[in-house]
Amino acid sequence: MNLSAENLSWRVHGHTLLENVSLAVASGQTFGLVGPNGSGKTTLLRLLAGLGKPKTGRVLLGGTPLARMRQRHIAQSIALVEQQAETTDRIQVRQVVALGRTPFLSALRAWAKEDDAIVDQALVDVDMAHMAGRLWHTLSGGERQRVHIARALAQQPKILLLDEPTNHLDIRHQLSILELVRQLPITVIITLHDLNQAMTCDRLGIMDGGQLVGVGKPGEVLTPTRLQQTFGVQAELLAGDNGEQVMRFYHA
Amino acid sequence: MTFIRPHLNGCWLAPPMLLAALLAGTAIGETSISVDTILKVLANQLWGAEYAVDRIDAGIIWNYRLSRAVVAACCGASLALAGVVLQALLRNPLADPYLMGISAGASTGAVAVMVAGLGAGALTLSAGAFAGAGLAFGLVVLLAHAASSPTGGGRATQAAGAIILAGIAGSQLFNALTAFIIAKSANAEQARGIMFWLLGNLSGVRWADAALALPAALGGLLICLWHRRALDAFTFGADSAASMGIAVRPIRALLIIAMALVTAVMVSMVGAIGFVGLVIPHAMRFIVGSQHTRLVPASALAGALFLIGADILSRVIVPGQVLPIGVVTSLIGAPAFALILVRGRSAP
Ligand SMILES: Nc1ncnc2c1ncn2[C@@H]1O[C@H](COP(=O)(O)OP(=O)(O)OP(=O)(O)O)[C@@H](O)[C@H]1O
Ligand SMILES: [Mg+2]
Repeated sequence: MNLSAENLSWRVHGHTLLENVSLAVASGQTFGLVGPNGSGKTTLLRLLAGLGKPKTGRVLLGGTPLARMRQRHIAQSIALVEQQAETTDRIQVRQVVALGRTPFLSALRAWAKEDDAIVDQALVDVDMAHMAGRLWHTLSGGERQRVHIARALAQQPKILLLDEPTNHLDIRHQLSILELVRQLPITVIITLHDLNQAMTCDRLGIMDGGQLVGVGKPGEVLTPTRLQQTFGVQAELLAGDNGEQVMRFYHA
Repeated sequence: MTFIRPHLNGCWLAPPMLLAALLAGTAIGETSISVDTILKVLANQLWGAEYAVDRIDAGIIWNYRLSRAVVAACCGASLALAGVVLQALLRNPLADPYLMGISAGASTGAVAVMVAGLGAGALTLSAGAFAGAGLAFGLVVLLAHAASSPTGGGRATQAAGAIILAGIAGSQLFNALTAFIIAKSANAEQARGIMFWLLGNLSGVRWADAALALPAALGGLLICLWHRRALDAFTFGADSAASMGIAVRPIRALLIIAMALVTAVMVSMVGAIGFVGLVIPHAMRFIVGSQHTRLVPASALAGALFLIGADILSRVIVPGQVLPIGVVTSLIGAPAFALILVRGRSAP
């Protein structure tokens, strides 16, 4: 399913956090969002997930404006992994993942065997099956992150929004989560700080000061000039063993 | 796996426990009455059986003690549920109708109705209490919002500390208002009655009250059970709930208004009783976990049992005298809460 945004703006207390952002993500694509801290990535993802009403513009899910859809229907298509989401509740890993089934359950549709199977699979996908019975507060930061991703997977979304999902993860799990995300036959929008990882996305959007200052193929938008302007760093391209290019950064 | 399912093991325990508590509440008091006599009176009343029983005993059992135990159960269940819901929605372990000033507001409303003499029927009292409860809750939330908005943007998680401080301010304000209304408008006799009622008192309770308390408590329970998954979805905050398909604003409004209404009905009957909404949900989380499929019924049951028990204690602790039930719940609740705080710290 494709997701698009038209002229989105968002303001809080007179501060403009997002200005006139338009983008279109095609079905099945992995779309990366990069930008410095405070550039508006999280704000944009929230609007794309239907968590706030944009001050101007609109978000279209498969052609239908989110504003015209019920939250439950949005959640049956879009899942969001927040940058930070904590709880003090005594809750087990498996119960957290099971929350992902919420949009499909109702008073008339009780928890079923297939829900169990979906939750089991999601736990396996993020390599957390062996910790299914652990209490939330006993998990490490990276383990919590993986459980959140499993919860989103249990939602069986057609569009997955990930806000810095590789935060807290060790290098092996960073790579395995990114690989998992790439293999999913769904649309993914992911914010990343590691620009080399961002290079593996199908397309990239670069945020700066609440605006989308570049959209396109990673190699085309992450140019040395752009890196200098937006991130204030200098970059050098190195050739990797398999012919791919790796960036190395220097303080400008 | 089994622990996800709405696992209703132990559910069958609820009716016998509740019945036993109601029987105890009816049997124990200044004059002890045997269970045998109680069962006969109940059979006479409920099925028109014609056992020979002492008329006075029958009167005490049916008109005073049983109605009182039923209202105590409803009240305990409702206050515990209000605590469960507020804690889940505000993501704040200290949220509770008493601490947040809802009970104080309800008292002010009820006292205003009593003193103004707008007909002191159970319904008008409840309406006054609801108006007061709504006003207090609105003020507390506004104040908390204002206090936390520059950084928090009013997000409930960040408003956590603010809402408790606002609740304290709100409680003080409404308690002062109540005192003011009493001092200004009530005569000495009215004042004494009101002061006694304010601390929580079940002495005046009759079947007419039970007829209001029972549907209110059951309604509150049903609403909570119906929305149990929505309550679960708030585990990681309102944004996370919304991303899992919960219509956050309408559901939060519905649940909070329902709980304010139920609290108001109970306060208008028995006064402001503290610690039930705080201690019971926390204790139940230790026993059944924080999933609302189990937490909601467990808290309702435990709240009912706790308040019936507290009412019995209030009648027998000082021979020949009835303590306000709020005094008993605080005497038990405060240390219990301290224990929960300490245990919660050492094993977070
Ligand atoms: N509720 C709010 N009130 C005021 N300012 C806000 C609010 N939410 C976000 N901001 C500001 O908006 C800007 C964009 O925030 P956002 O979280 O979208 O950045 P981001 O690109 O995700 O940054 P990071 O890489 O650090 O996660 C920041 O400067 C932030 O301080
Ligand atoms: Mg962010």
